[in-house]
Amino acid sequence: MFTRRTLLSAAGAGAALAGSSFALPKLFEAEAAGVPLSPGVPAGVASIARLETLPGKKPLIKLADRAPNYEAPLDYFRTPITPNEEFFVRYHLSNIPEVDAKTYKIAVGGDGANGQATLTLDDLKAMPAYEVVAVNQCSGNRRGLSNPHVAGVEWGYGAMGCARWKGARLKDVLDKVGLKKEAIEVAFNGADGPVLDATPDFIKSLPVWKATDESTLVAYEMNGAPLPHFNGFPARLIAPGWTGTYWMKHLISVTALTKPQGGFWMNPAYRIPVGKFPVVAHFLSQENATSTPITEMVVNSLITSHADGAKVKAGKVTVSGLAWDAGYGIRSVEVSTDGGKTWSAASLGNDLGRYAFRPWSFELNAKRGNNTVMANATNAIGQTQTATLIWNPAGYHNNVMQSVTLVAG
Amino acid sequence: MRAFALTLIASLAAGVSAAAQEQTITLKPGPGLDKVQTNCSSCHSLAYIPMNSPFLNAAGWNGEVTKMIKAMGAPIGDDDAKAIVDYLAKNYGV
Repeated sequence: MFTRRTLLSAAGAGAALAGSSFALPKLFEAEAAGVPLSPGVPAGVASIARLETLPGKKPLIKLADRAPNYEAPLDYFRTPITPNEEFFVRYHLSNIPEVDAKTYKIAVGGDGANGQATLTLDDLKAMPAYEVVAVNQCSGNRRGLSNPHVAGVEWGYGAMGCARWKGARLKDVLDKVGLKKEAIEVAFNGADGPVLDATPDFIKSLPVWKATDESTLVAYEMNGAPLPHFNGFPARLIAPGWTGTYWMKHLISVTALTKPQGGFWMNPAYRIPVGKFPVVAHFLSQENATSTPITEMVVNSLITSHADGAKVKAGKVTVSGLAWDAGYGIRSVEVSTDGGKTWSAASLGNDLGRYAFRPWSFELNAKRGNNTVMANATNAIGQTQTATLIWNPAGYHNNVMQSVTLVAG
Repeated sequence: MRAFALTLIASLAAGVSAAAQEQTITLKPGPGLDKVQTNCSSCHSLAYIPMNSPFLNAAGWNGEVTKMIKAMGAPIGDDDAKAIVDYLAKNYGV
């Protein structure tokens, strides 16, 4: 479950090895109460969630270890770039190989391509390199906050992160074989697979227009370092603005298609009811009368400076957090301290790009007792967060405005 | 250094294998628990059961078990499937 590369570099560090924190996973069999779960997740989550340190990672909130699903605690979101060791981990299937960079290959082809090609990691690195700072958010982030609850991985706020990704454009990869004009989708497979042959392998596709977008990359670097094993080493797809389901880890095939990709993971999984969410980007070749694939992220924000119920000193308190959307850009973040009756503009921080987390902060005057703080982000096309949940069976697109209570003494 | 590194890899590989490090999930005792342990844990951690509780009713748990059989290819016979659904509904349902 660790990468040989990581180990060898650790061995190179010599004396540091013996005391290295990642050499063996540390199991914090903490009391469930000590795990910083998001308010509102099902009661049963506390009985199994643990803080655990995977190789190469800082402690993350483990929801399950097979398939591994670990989310980041709130305090890892105090910077607009999420360090690699703090980045969440999400897998569907349990058979996850260590990929050897030396023998790693991506097969490029399909009936929608004019030819076939095989790319090694070196081939990929020899191509023109591009960078994008982009949020990778699981489609089901905040699923655990659905009311009524829905089945699935019961994520709180932490199934997301934002990194600077570097790699080749997928468009350039596809140019190696040439797309036929009949191509409508490009499908992706990763090296991870199911335990049973009968279980559908995790295969996802994008419409050609998104696959050939200049920001869609096959990334081999994350924040200036090789991708961690648990985030898709040695290369993964980056589909900025779209939810994490399309960001195939351990990418081993890129297949141009003249017909829609089938399979469980395209339908019925990762679907939203038609017309329920105000999304602009549609995946029309996969849409039917009732459901359509989840595509771009809805505008959202998170208060990260304080957890719900945090104790503060009465007086001036700076509340801060992050805002993001599908890449239209964050126009404003507003904060309410009176339960949503009136709103005031927060200060926006550095703009690292339209697909990135946008930091924001707001200074309020905390009165003794309980102070509620709400945040609402608006993007450049005027979309805002919702006051109440747009409930859907899979628990996607939860962008309900948070309400955090600060207790001032 | 090379020999050392290889030895280290071998020992760590043994130490961090999924089986050695996997969290033991203790489910509530009751009829059908053995069927749950045998069938469900061959593909995934049993943590997914308490994680998804308590909010599914019997029909909800039946839907999850049916999904595992029909969509995920779990080789679970009808009798075992019924025992599993009954156990989940009684111990982790509403």
